[in-house]
Amino acid sequence: MSMAPTSESPLARAALITVALVFLGFFLLLPLLAVFSEALRQGAGPFLDALHTPDALAAIRLTLLIAAISVPLNMVFGVAASWAITKFQFPGKALLITLIDLPFSVSPVVSGLIFVLLFGANGLFGAWLAEHDLKIIFAVPGIVLATVFITFPFVARELIPLMLEQGKDDEEAAISLGANGWQTFWHVTLPNIRWGLLYGVLLCNARAMGEFGAVSVVSGHIRGETNTMPLHVEILYNEYDFVGAFAVASLLALLALVTLIAKTVLEWRFGLHAGARH
Amino acid sequence: MTTRDTHLALRRRVVLAGALGLGLMLAGCSGGGSKSGAVELTNVSYDPTRELYQAINPAFAAFWKQKTGKDVTFRMSHGGSGKQSRAIIDGLEADVATLALAYDIDAIAEKGKLLPADWQKALPDNSAPYTSTIVFLVRKGNPKGIKDWGDLVKPGVEVITANPKTGGGARWNFLAAWAYGRKAGGSDAAAEAYVKQLFQHVPVLDSGARGSTTTFVERGIGDVLISWENEAFLAEKKLGAGKFEIVAPSISILAEPSVAVVTANAKKHGTTEVADAYLRYLYTPEAQTAIAHNFYRPRDPAIAQQFKAQFPEIPMVTIDKDFGGWAKAQKTFFDDGGVFDRIYTKK
Repeated sequence: MSMAPTSESPLARAALITVALVFLGFFLLLPLLAVFSEALRQGAGPFLDALHTPDALAAIRLTLLIAAISVPLNMVFGVAASWAITKFQFPGKALLITLIDLPFSVSPVVSGLIFVLLFGANGLFGAWLAEHDLKIIFAVPGIVLATVFITFPFVARELIPLMLEQGKDDEEAAISLGANGWQTFWHVTLPNIRWGLLYGVLLCNARAMGEFGAVSVVSGHIRGETNTMPLHVEILYNEYDFVGAFAVASLLALLALVTLIAKTVLEWRFGLHAGARH
Repeated sequence: MTTRDTHLALRRRVVLAGALGLGLMLAGCSGGGSKSGAVELTNVSYDPTRELYQAINPAFAAFWKQKTGKDVTFRMSHGGSGKQSRAIIDGLEADVATLALAYDIDAIAEKGKLLPADWQKALPDNSAPYTSTIVFLVRKGNPKGIKDWGDLVKPGVEVITANPKTGGGARWNFLAAWAYGRKAGGSDAAAEAYVKQLFQHVPVLDSGARGSTTTFVERGIGDVLISWENEAFLAEKKLGAGKFEIVAPSISILAEPSVAVVTANAKKHGTTEVADAYLRYLYTPEAQTAIAHNFYRPRDPAIAQQFKAQFPEIPMVTIDKDFGGWAKAQKTFFDDGGVFDRIYTKK
């Protein structure tokens, strides 16, 4: 089929567009505006003060640190896994694909509890960790583990369909012309998948910064130390500090918006859209 | 070609493993290190004590510095009391636990073996340096005319309380209601009938005290909130003065939020002495005054006298005398198959 407009009547088209816009307005725009208006209810001063407390700053720092560790890890993993799945045949491939999807289907709370069961004081490795004075749960490594687990599928799930569609002709051509593995990867595969990869990384980053459930289970909620931004929002809300809670929430929303805008700008700058080949 | 690809895949795997290890190592370093010289105390507490310990911690730090010349800093963790207890058992390394009820610290002793079973004898007054009780919070002008427990089960009255299976405060609420039912009806059967009737007036059962306060105050649901006294004062003061009123019932329960040194952790951190001094400091007149300012009832008779006007006089039953202690009350009322299951499922 061509990309020509469909044959629906103008009325049906208008109705569809209206439904989509109203839906968007009610379920996305309105809540977002509510967050910002609540945060600024007492003006910009209290808003900035709330972000300037040591606990809020520590939460922001921790959230950025967690994203900075877990996103590159999952980027490398995602590329490696999609490469393996789409370019080779090997036993257990179907199992690998299923496992990659696992974090999507498991409730985040369960994901967190898995790590408590493994690394908690009474967990599988608990005694060994205590003996060697290593802290995983209720410390930064536990939060990183939970976040990596939760954001596992994002990059791979973006890349696998894309790389399947592209096939392996380009790589085979490059290698038959004498390129080695790295050259093939840098000059052929990576340019082919860059938009998909970027999109996956952005989604992965948004979730890494926003994850609540799994992180809540393994965090221990120590103020200024193991509270990420979403956890800090909940605590402030529970302490009736609504301006503070919504100030941090709006910053979190802002970070998400910035990543989306960055993606749009990049696409526009290169005149390409995600998934297009070079 | 295939060998080259395998090589590539292998190399990538090595890189991945290396990056993972490096990331965890970096994270471990940034998470663990304690400052040299200064002692660090981790206080794992429940939700409403934030302001209280914000006032007490700097005062104790100054006291300790003067006494020993050493610095002490604090790591605070707040959450639902039961959840915090669970976290300590799972390895959250609290030096001191300051929770909503003795049962949650009993659980740490029993399941985690991190402190002796008779921890409650370590400090004066059952290891509860401050107390509270259960009162009613009603909307301005008390439109439903609520004066006592009996008014809560009148037609058309909606009562907000949390689920006693999950919330510490909610257990105190339940037992206070039971005490009224027993006094008014003269028997446990009458108490059960009253409490059953009461829970038929509860439209939303939140999981914790903070949740039900938010339901009542923020979402505007219900005519009366059964609440910790300190929560009720806080809600009245912080969330709109003049929007709510506190009603003192004819009978309530003495709530004793307990504190204890988690001895195994303190020993490991070398903080036994300072942790013990910290909890003992809670009994000093300075700390007792801060306690009263934060709407908890002080133990010190002189300070209590000083703040007499702030707290209504309410006859109170106690968990040990009237319910045979927490272990028994927990088993009778809140464990699976207990009284609460019976009255709530047979709604």
